[in-house]
This record gives sequence, C-alpha cells and structure tokens, in this order.
Amino acid sequence: MPTLTLIQAVNDALKTVMRQDQRVVVFGEDVGLKGGVFLATEGLTKEFGEQRCFDTPLSEDGIIGAAIGMALNGLLPVAEIQFQDFIFPAFDQIVSEAAKFRYRSGGMYTVPMVIRTPYGGGIKGGLYHSQSGEAYFCHTPGIKVVVPSTPYDAKGLLIAAIEDPDPVLFLEPKRIYRSVKGEVPEGHYTVPLGTTRTVREGNDAVVFAYGAMVSVATIAAEKVAAEQGKQVRVVDLRTLSPLDEDSVLEHAKQTGRVVVLHEAPRFCGYGGEISALIAEHAIEYMEAPIVRVTGFDTPFPNTLEHHYLPDERRVCDALEKVLTF
Amino acid sequence: MAGQAVLSVLREDGVVQGQEPEIAPDTLLHAYRTMVLTRHLDERAMRLQRAGRIGFTVPNKGVEAVQIGSAAALRSSDWIFPSYRDFGMALYHGVPVEQMLHGMFCNGLDNSRGRQMPVHYSFADPIRFVSISSPIGTHIPQAVGAARAAQQRGEDTAFLTSFGDGGTSSLGFHSGLVFAGVWKSPVIFLCQNNGWAISCPADKQTGSDGFAVKGEGYGVPGVQVDGNDFLAMYSAVRTAVARARSGGGPTLIEAITMRMGGHSSSDDPTKYVPAAMLESWAKKDPIVRFEKYLRRRGLLDDAQAQAALAAAEAQVAAAVEAAEKAPLPATETIFSDVYAEVPPSLRKQGRDYFEMMSRHGEAAAGDGAFPL
Repeated sequence: MPTLTLIQAVNDALKTVMRQDQRVVVFGEDVGLKGGVFLATEGLTKEFGEQRCFDTPLSEDGIIGAAIGMALNGLLPVAEIQFQDFIFPAFDQIVSEAAKFRYRSGGMYTVPMVIRTPYGGGIKGGLYHSQSGEAYFCHTPGIKVVVPSTPYDAKGLLIAAIEDPDPVLFLEPKRIYRSVKGEVPEGHYTVPLGTTRTVREGNDAVVFAYGAMVSVATIAAEKVAAEQGKQVRVVDLRTLSPLDEDSVLEHAKQTGRVVVLHEAPRFCGYGGEISALIAEHAIEYMEAPIVRVTGFDTPFPNTLEHHYLPDERRVCDALEKVLTF
Repeated sequence: MAGQAVLSVLREDGVVQGQEPEIAPDTLLHAYRTMVLTRHLDERAMRLQRAGRIGFTVPNKGVEAVQIGSAAALRSSDWIFPSYRDFGMALYHGVPVEQMLHGMFCNGLDNSRGRQMPVHYSFADPIRFVSISSPIGTHIPQAVGAARAAQQRGEDTAFLTSFGDGGTSSLGFHSGLVFAGVWKSPVIFLCQNNGWAISCPADKQTGSDGFAVKGEGYGVPGVQVDGNDFLAMYSAVRTAVARARSGGGPTLIEAITMRMGGHSSSDDPTKYVPAAMLESWAKKDPIVRFEKYLRRRGLLDDAQAQAALAAAEAQVAAAVEAAEKAPLPATETIFSDVYAEVPPSLRKQGRDYFEMMSRHGEAAAGDGAFPL
C-alpha cells in the first residue's frame, strides 16, 4: 500500500473519482497549470484536460455560485477556495444558497458539491492565512462540515463527500499537509461521513479533537500516560456536522472526564457545542467539569502563533484538571 | 478604453514621444532615488527570505514606475488604500525604511506588533497608507467611504486605491465602482495590470478588452497607461487627482506592466510565465527607462546614480540590522488591540494562559513556514 502525505491523499482522491465519474469537475484559483498553491490539484489538468480541472477568475463568490449552478445541472463540482480565510465573499452563496436549496425547493433542486479549502494555523500565515472558521459553517443547517486528520481519512472522506447528495465543506488542516504520512489504499474507498475515529484507547479521560489538533491531543495523552500512568482516550471527530452525537456521548459516559480541543477561538466555538451536548445528556456521568482548550478570543497572530495554537502543555494542563478534580 | 491609445510619454530609450508633464527636477530625482530604493529593498527582502531571516515577501520588480509615478502625483495629505505590493508608494512619501523592516521581521517594533505577515503594512505618517489585509478587493469600497467623509467635510483630499488585474474580479471592485460612480467620489482606482493573478494570466480575469473599459459601465472614465513609464503614470494620476479634487469624480487607471518576479517568495513563476515574455518585458524596465530620460536631460550622471544606489544600500542595511536586533512582540500583545479595552473575559483568558505557563513552561518556538 502506498504511503502518502495528507495533501497527496487529497490529490489521489480527486484523481480516483475523476477517473471513475465524468461528472466530477475541479476548479478554483491557480488549481490548473500550477496545480494549486499547495499542489492539491497537481497533474489534474494534464490528465483530465482543461474542461475538468480549470482556473477561474479571482472571485470566491463566483467560484461557489458557479459550483452551485453546475451541481444543479448534473455535474459534481469540487471547488477549491485557496485559503479558508478567503471564503467570506462566498459566505452568501454557501449559507443562503448551497445550504438551503434542498429545503426551499422541497427536494426538487439539490446541490451535491464539495468546497475544499485549507484551514488552520501553524504556517506563519498571520491573520489571513491561519483561521479556523468551522463554527460559522457548522451553525448553518444544510451544509456538512468535514475535517480529516490522516491521509487515509483525507482520501476516504473526500470521496465520500464528493459522492454525498448534499453540499460538503471539506476543511483541510494545512499545517499537517506534508508532515503527516500514512498508508493509503489505491483506488476507490470511502470513510462514511458522520462517524468518529478512536485514535488512542483509554478509560481515564477523553480528548475530542479534529484536524491538526488530533496529533497534539495524542502527544499530550502519551505524556500523561508516561508521567502519571493515566490512559487518555483520543477521539477524532472528523465530521463536525452532522455530528455523531451517540459516539460523543458514549465516549463521554465511558470516561467521565472530558477535554475538548480546537484551534478556533473559544467563544461560540465548536467546543461549546460538544460541551453542551454532554452537559445536556450525560452530566450524571461526569466526574469533573468539561474543559475546553482552544485558540484565544483574538484574531490569529503571526510572530506569536506558537502561543496562540493549543499545544501539549495546554492539553496536559487541561487533562490534569479533569483527572485530579 | 478600447480604441483609445495607451498613454505613453517615454520611449524605451528614454526619449520623450508624448506630452511631457511639468515636474520639478528635485521631484524627478526624488522619484528616481525612491525607485532605486524600492528595487533594492525588494531584492534585499528576497535574499533575507531565502536565507530564512524573514518568513515571506512579495517581489515587486518591474512595477516601480506604477507605484512611484502614482505616489508622486499625490500630496502627503492624500490617502492610499494599497495592495500588498505597493510599499514604494509609502517610501516616496517618507515612511522610514526601518519601519518597513520591522514589519518584514514581524518584531515588537512593527506597527502591527508582529501580528501580520511581512509586507502587510500599516502606516499613518507621513501619509495615510491604510492597513493592508490579504483578502482581495476588500479595500476598494473602503477608499470610497473614506472619500465620502472628505466630501462631506468639504476637503479636497484625493484617495488612491490600488489593486491587481485579478482584483477586478472581486466583489469589492464592483461595489467600489458602483458607489464611486453614484457619489462622484474623489477616488483614483489604480488597476495594476501586471499580467498575472498568481499563476492566472490577465486574460483569464476578463472578457473585455483590457480593464480600463470596465469603468464605463459604472460611469467612471477609464484610461490605459504604460505602467513602465514613470512620466506617463505621473501624468495619468495627476490628471485623475485634479479631477478628484475639483469635484469631477473618480477615474479608473489601468497601468499595463509586468510582475517580473513571482507572486510571492513561495511562488515559482518559471512554472507558468513564458521565458520569452519575461525577456521582452525586461527591455522595458521602468528604472532603466527613467534613468535614460534623466541622463538625457542632464539631471543625472554616473556619480549620482551610484550615489543613489549606495544610499539605498546603506539605508536598507542599517534598517535590517536594527530590525533584526529588535525584540519580538511581548506575549501579552496577543490580547491587546482586539478592542479599545480588553474585555474582562479576554483578560481572564490571558491571565489563565500566563498562569498555565508558570506551571508548564514557555511555548516551544513555532516551526511554521509559509508555503505560498
């Protein structure tokens, strides 16, 4: 089985579905000849031609609006937004349009499409190349939100997203595009949307994470195991919306001590939803208050990004709190 | 506009072929020295980036006449809403090189406290060079709003906003020209058609014959200018500025030029820019052309040209040294400037973080490297 980086797995997923299904088209800014600024679409124009992988004018609103139209009329568009930070001109198209077509037309018009976009910090990208905007979109019913953290999941989830009948926002953690490697099967396979993945077993506490934070959680869990002998479970949420609530509640009940981890700011962040879900449905199982480890409620800095991004210190600190409560 | 000639004053050999604008010799020489300084700073920044001393930069070789020609037609009391390649405009009006280097090194003396990536500058003195963001075209309607404020107070300030050929595809370009057309705003929309939006050639941004023609639909007159011709750029912007100050309304200027380097230090333009295209544009170098003109007029000789470069080198070298020695931003600057006052909840986040650090130690230095 080939060993791929996460970005190579994305590329492999696109090639796999494009070979099997003529309806799949890939487009965005610089995705053609250049192959995307991160090379996610490298080689696609060469293999599939400019009709199926092409550059667009520099308008995110245009990219997503056009993707919706293509999806309405029989194509399966995979649109790239160069950085998630640049998605906001298309917010109207995503929130008012893509997410609501099925509902407003009683299922007469649907938009099976994928928006791929690199997100998250850790690359010295400052305010506008680092943000984690998942909460804006998870707050919007009608669009699914998916975040892989391994090459295997990146390929399987992306193929599942492309084949899904509804619009999917596919957030790619760019910090680990090349640093994470793993075995990826050749050819077609899917990882079902709406499922979690247990990354590390343990019954003393659980950390819920996604994207680049999964490996941070795992490093912290190993450290706690080595230093304190406590076994911390790590769960990769990998589909943020719709969330596998049963799975989250099961993990919470089995461990009784919960840490939620993400890069995005805390206030009204995704961690609040996980925390509220557990508080509403499993509070009687809790042995300690739920602790969130998140980015600060500030814009994303540049020079000081290593302070902003949650690291193993902060996760270990949170685990200490829940384990010693 | 389609059918109209591209405004041009200087031939490639520096001979005047068009309407030569009246400019004081001191102004011409200041412009020349600023162009030399801009290019040297740009080259030095790329070397610093390649050596790993700064994280990122955006090459601007080839577009110096667009920037300096435009800036020379503005007063320091005018406002610039720049794109990320426009630091030559700020240099012309006297923003210190050292301040730019602090920005390149993202240190604690940087105006943004190291929060922004390199070259995303914010300057307010001696000219309003309004804080740059990375999203494309967002600043264009902002310039129109700032101009509205000046209109309402009866001031004759001009507002120049600059963007690339790709920027004309943005929502902000459309909104900005719609509003300016209706409000007769004192705004100069400067489209720097440098041929490329990262890897996409300009003809993938529009089906129209150039970009100046786009103004017509908004009621904004458009003009195409040879962007590698300092005198032509100065003339075009000066005319637009005069129109703006006298209540005549906005102008869209398309400066036709060529980005001779990559989109940024992370871009490899050899993958998509034809070598022959670069060669033909190299013959139109804006500094060489302007220098020939100055020599023909007897305003510049070898010694003065060498002195200009030596001065630029000395200025930049001193600034690099100062910026590299400057401290990093203090950790607490993460929490300031989010609002005028730090809200109690955010203050608590900060306190909790410092308390956590007292038990678990400092954050490991980041290993992030900008890949674009």
